[in-house]
Amino acid sequence: MLSVVGTVPDEDFPLISGEVHLEENRIRIREMSIAVNRGTPALIAAALKAGEVLDLPLPLAYLVGDIGLGHGSRRLYDYLVHHLGRSPGRVIVFHYLQPDVDWHNKVLFALQKMYPQPLLIADAGFMYAAKMSGQSQAYELFTPDAGELAFLADEVAPHPFYTRGFILHDENRMPDLIKRAYEHKNAARYLLVKGGKDCIASKEGIHATIDRPMEEALEAMGGTGDTLTGIVSALIASGLDTPTAATLAARINRLAGHYARPTPASQVMEMIAYIPKAMEMVLKNADQSQ
Amino acid sequence: MSFLGFLKQRKPPEPSRGPKQDLGILVFENTSEVIRAQSVLKNDGWEVRVMGPPPEIRSGCDLVIEFPLIEELNILRALRQAEVSPLQVVPINSSLLRPVDLFQTKDFGRYFMVRAANMKLTVDKETQTIVNVSGGGCPDVPYLAHEMVGKTLSEASSPSEIGHTLCGYALQLAYEETKKQCSQW
Repeated sequence: MLSVVGTVPDEDFPLISGEVHLEENRIRIREMSIAVNRGTPALIAAALKAGEVLDLPLPLAYLVGDIGLGHGSRRLYDYLVHHLGRSPGRVIVFHYLQPDVDWHNKVLFALQKMYPQPLLIADAGFMYAAKMSGQSQAYELFTPDAGELAFLADEVAPHPFYTRGFILHDENRMPDLIKRAYEHKNAARYLLVKGGKDCIASKEGIHATIDRPMEEALEAMGGTGDTLTGIVSALIASGLDTPTAATLAARINRLAGHYARPTPASQVMEMIAYIPKAMEMVLKNADQSQ
Repeated sequence: MSFLGFLKQRKPPEPSRGPKQDLGILVFENTSEVIRAQSVLKNDGWEVRVMGPPPEIRSGCDLVIEFPLIEELNILRALRQAEVSPLQVVPINSSLLRPVDLFQTKDFGRYFMVRAANMKLTVDKETQTIVNVSGGGCPDVPYLAHEMVGKTLSEASSPSEIGHTLCGYALQLAYEETKKQCSQW
């Protein structure tokens, strides 16, 4: 089972946990619902669509409203410390939370008491906290973009503010940055680096690079990185090994974007609707190539 | 993590305009200091620009401030008083030391995208409606997108008013540049 921990961009959204499902263009959790535009709702919607094909149970979500100030994130951290240990999730993905090293460590400590140990995936703010805490190696997968990879690779930066390359992306430096992130133990067991080229890596080096199909209009669309994290999380929850899941997820995400025939004004839900079709195609091709 | 509060203070006076002059760059340890220094200098009326560092400069963070070199002493005094002194002051005396423009634009026909560092803002050229915001994993990015997409440039809140992170700052730059470009159509 997959558990998803994250925030939604509505200050009044309460702290809530439970099974989550899709209703048209919104995700519903208990009595609450929120539109899928980008962020954690987009991750969840993509995981749900992937789960339809993989025949997975509905994911469990832990959500709270946070507009970037961290108030909701801190309440959620506190809740997680006391409740996440009872989560049935085999795979837990942490997403948009305000980075807070102390709270991160408390959550990780609670997770480490679980048996069996869940596989941990981190993206966005929670991934920054994991790196800042020096505990990256406790994670199975990080899903950074090129700027976030620069932060992981910067062994002295206490915060992205100090990192050269955090907002000035340079995808040409990717192999060097990956190597440096592993040298200083600031990467998860696997990395799925999202960008113009998606790249799957571990301490052994780069396993795969996926750059097709390429849809120029997707550069403008917000949320395509969130959907990639959602798809790979569902594939890992289905039992696939992480490098295979990451490689397939990158192909599926790109193909779904291609099928959506996007314009620069297209919204991420238009692409999410094509995840099942893209997934069936990619999994079929993967079967045939074996 | 909130650090854009100071951008919500009074509006800076119009910067002084003068003849073409020698320029230098101020290099800071972190981007939070760059943003604070920019605010101090703009409020004092100096004509400065936030840019990317030239590759030749190895120290410092992702942003530098370009400034009129003739004002170096006054500018450093103002920054010292504000307790935000740079790591390094570099005269731009060769092309290798020229700072990098933070902006890239892409014309999709009906739509126009401005990228400022890691953040992209796309507008419909006919209606000036913001149709997409993308990039960045900072905690306020989903909220910024939620608040801005679907509104016109004049209706939308500026990221400096509602953002709290470095991604919010980059989106503010994209927003200002988009407005500037739109005013020229």
